[in-house]
Amino acid sequence: MDTKKIKLPHGIPGHNLGQIEREVPADEPPAWPVNDELKHVGKRVKRTDAEAKVTGAAKFTSDIQLPGMLYGRMLRSDYPHAKIRSIDMSAAEKHPGVYAVHIFKNVVGMAQPADDDAAGEYPDIKFAGQPIAGVAALTTEIAEEALDLIKVDYEYLPFVVDLEEAQKPEAPLVFTTNVEQDDAGGGGGGDTGLKTVGNVRGPSTSSFYGGPRGDLEKGFEEADTILEQTYRTQVQTHCSLETHGVVVDWKPDNVTIYASTQNTKNVRDEFAEVFDLPKSQVRVIQEYMGGGFGAKHSLGNFGVMAGYLAKKSGRPIKLMLDRREEHISSGNRPNSIHYLKIGARKDGKLTAIQQRSYGTAGVGLGAGVGRIAQIMYESPNFSTEQYDVFTHAGPGAAWRAPGNVQGCYGLEQAMDELAEKLNLDPIALRDVTDTSEIRKVERHRGAETFKWSRRKLPASDPGLIKKGLGMAQSHWPRIVHIDSTAEVRAFRDGAVEIRSAVQDIGTGTKTVLSQVVAEELGLKPEDITVRIGDTLFPDGPPSGGSIVTGSITPPARNAAYKLKLQLFDQVASKLETDASKLAVDDGQIMSTEDPSKKIAFKEALKEMRTGQISATASRSDDYGGFMVGNAIAYGGLGSVQFAEVSVDTETGFVKVEKIVAVHSCGRPINITQIENQINGGVIQGLGYALYEDRVMDNETGHQMNSNFDQYKMPLSLEIPDIEILIVEDYSGRSSTDAYGIGEPANIATAAAVANAVYNAIGTRIFEIPITPEKVLRALNKV
Amino acid sequence: MGVPISVTVNGQHRESEVDSRTLLVQFIREELRLTGTHVGCDTSSCGACTIIMDGKAVKSCTVLAASANGSDITTIEGLAQNGELHPLQEGFKEEHGLQCGFCTPGMIMTAVQLLEDNPQPSEAEIRHGLEGNYCRCTGYHNIVKAIYHASRKYKEVSHG
Repeated sequence: MDTKKIKLPHGIPGHNLGQIEREVPADEPPAWPVNDELKHVGKRVKRTDAEAKVTGAAKFTSDIQLPGMLYGRMLRSDYPHAKIRSIDMSAAEKHPGVYAVHIFKNVVGMAQPADDDAAGEYPDIKFAGQPIAGVAALTTEIAEEALDLIKVDYEYLPFVVDLEEAQKPEAPLVFTTNVEQDDAGGGGGGDTGLKTVGNVRGPSTSSFYGGPRGDLEKGFEEADTILEQTYRTQVQTHCSLETHGVVVDWKPDNVTIYASTQNTKNVRDEFAEVFDLPKSQVRVIQEYMGGGFGAKHSLGNFGVMAGYLAKKSGRPIKLMLDRREEHISSGNRPNSIHYLKIGARKDGKLTAIQQRSYGTAGVGLGAGVGRIAQIMYESPNFSTEQYDVFTHAGPGAAWRAPGNVQGCYGLEQAMDELAEKLNLDPIALRDVTDTSEIRKVERHRGAETFKWSRRKLPASDPGLIKKGLGMAQSHWPRIVHIDSTAEVRAFRDGAVEIRSAVQDIGTGTKTVLSQVVAEELGLKPEDITVRIGDTLFPDGPPSGGSIVTGSITPPARNAAYKLKLQLFDQVASKLETDASKLAVDDGQIMSTEDPSKKIAFKEALKEMRTGQISATASRSDDYGGFMVGNAIAYGGLGSVQFAEVSVDTETGFVKVEKIVAVHSCGRPINITQIENQINGGVIQGLGYALYEDRVMDNETGHQMNSNFDQYKMPLSLEIPDIEILIVEDYSGRSSTDAYGIGEPANIATAAAVANAVYNAIGTRIFEIPITPEKVLRALNKV
Repeated sequence: MGVPISVTVNGQHRESEVDSRTLLVQFIREELRLTGTHVGCDTSSCGACTIIMDGKAVKSCTVLAASANGSDITTIEGLAQNGELHPLQEGFKEEHGLQCGFCTPGMIMTAVQLLEDNPQPSEAEIRHGLEGNYCRCTGYHNIVKAIYHASRKYKEVSHG
């Protein structure tokens, strides 16, 4: 491969910004300077999709209506554990207005026995809410009437839904053999090949950062101080405002699926596999979706059911979950019991970290506590043992930094405790143990903005309402999805389009792509039409893991660059110059040597030999290579969050007054969109810290609060002041050097709040959500 | 059993026969095909289905279509006039008062009444007014800014 050497911005402006020379493929575009010198990238560009969303014109999956469309609904088990002896669909099938019925032969989205020999006619029921069968009818109401007519003969079995109960030797077993889960849906899943004993599977001891290192025993011997503590987190449910669902339109040689998904490519591939169709005959469209947060990567049982009902009825099927189904069956952030033992020298240097965790993703895998403890601090000796515990409850799913949010809650409180034991300021301790340059800058810029120096000793605020300050930090890898392609087209009528199957989960991917293409072509973002979320276009990355921006913006830029060169070739002779001497700026193509030789970009398009030109580019390997495989790039995305709380020691009520969130995402592309995402991540973290909790009833195995009435999320009144600092961090690893922000925004908040609560009341609360009851208990007031 | 109803929706007179159990939001979405009004829950909690009915912001998932007979309804699709966005729509657009956009129509319709009742609300009053609307993406800050933005515009208009 031909290569060339280019110099790219490298480092943090205002701190250590310089340049780095890298050898890159010869067809890569020249390096962009830092954002200050760009026109549209790094600016507060208005969202391209705002008008459609404020006028009601935006069509979400739940808004799709097709001629002849039927409504699908699914029968779900009311029992958490049972065998099915028989299912009688005859009355449902005859119900007027019913057009098709279907019984599941297997269910997806949960762990599956590794050796599937004991499978009966129907899948065993393993959680209350597991789908059994479905019907398609003229209306939702008729479909629900028909569900009532289905007769299921169950053999009831004992069950367990509690994380600790499930670990006891006498606990009813969820699985009787080893299990695996292929479709863990974008990051929630566990390691393969691990053994299950009782309901406990594991341990998982390694990650893409490697396995255990050093010698724990020696490490703890070398420590001056050892901290040992256990932290607990609850199950949180995603609560996307639009529930999961699809509309399946099955035509003889082409199935079109409108899906509320953050992964169009994966939904296509799964549907093609289930129904044994060529992928090219399955088209998935997601024009707009109402949130996902990690739970909407897969086709799901609802998608499989809609497929069968569409195939059987010959009519389009809409199947959207209702809010209860969403809570009990479509994913959650697993809970955790997280044990940490950390050894440190007097100066704060860590000598050993030992981590062990148990969590339950119900009938699914992926209840670990992530890799933050492994990667964020320097410790020569480290080991982790992460166990999945099966319970008869709905499966977990990926959610913004899967595992790491639970892990950070424990680790960052441990560091806070350790700082106090060592008589060090929490920031000073991290300055000693954390080698990340970006987090160092973030800590100190954040501390200044937050006025960290006003932090007092724990519980030193007089009066009944006590203020407290806390901080926590996080790490998220730069993950790149190589199978990411964009096509840029220009038309003779002046239109410029970018096309990719990548979807906009709502964060603003469409706007970001318009900025990148406009920057490269010397146009304005509003000149660019963004057509994405459709698998007719080239494959794009999933909207998960903060992958999208880092994966699709370099191909978007490179495709625009290639298209620009094609256009230069076409206009060079007309401008009496060489194509290599042409450049774009402000809607013009001009000679770099003689600015009088120029033509408006749109005029140049009119002169094209063909009606349209097109260029396609895929994600290049990272400049300088990947750290692991072809997905994990060097250098994590660091973030630091500060929290100020007031705690009413009479009522136990915690109010978060202020958050300062300091974040990096490489080269920021749209400042307002990044801020919006950080606000949202912080508030999901705040709900996690204080309110949200999936409550299971041990007697019935049902979720008690499977609605928006009793499952408490933050509302507008409960929102603290949030001040955001975005730190540019250039690493020179792609043609845009940009990364996502979704995961980092969400990781550190709960730990920062918990540390602030400790600082306020002087007693630590080891379990979230930090409810008034837990605060009063900690204060010995109940 | 069909119940005849006659309503005015976004200025247009509509007559129909509805099932007695049909919710107003279903009627609006499925029969009138005005799908900008969304459904996010079934407990009147999320506010995504908020519309203006006889001058009041109501959650259309909690009204039977039959009982809306004779009423004057505005949905998100009826807010812009002659191609001009309503100041609230402009505000949500300008201030990035949205991400996924699913809660947005309900937020805007709730805010229509909020500004109707209190044209110059404080930040706290705006936050209080949004108590019946969930947003899971934005953390509400830019929604509050969007409504504040619109209230300033109302002021400009009223002071001519």
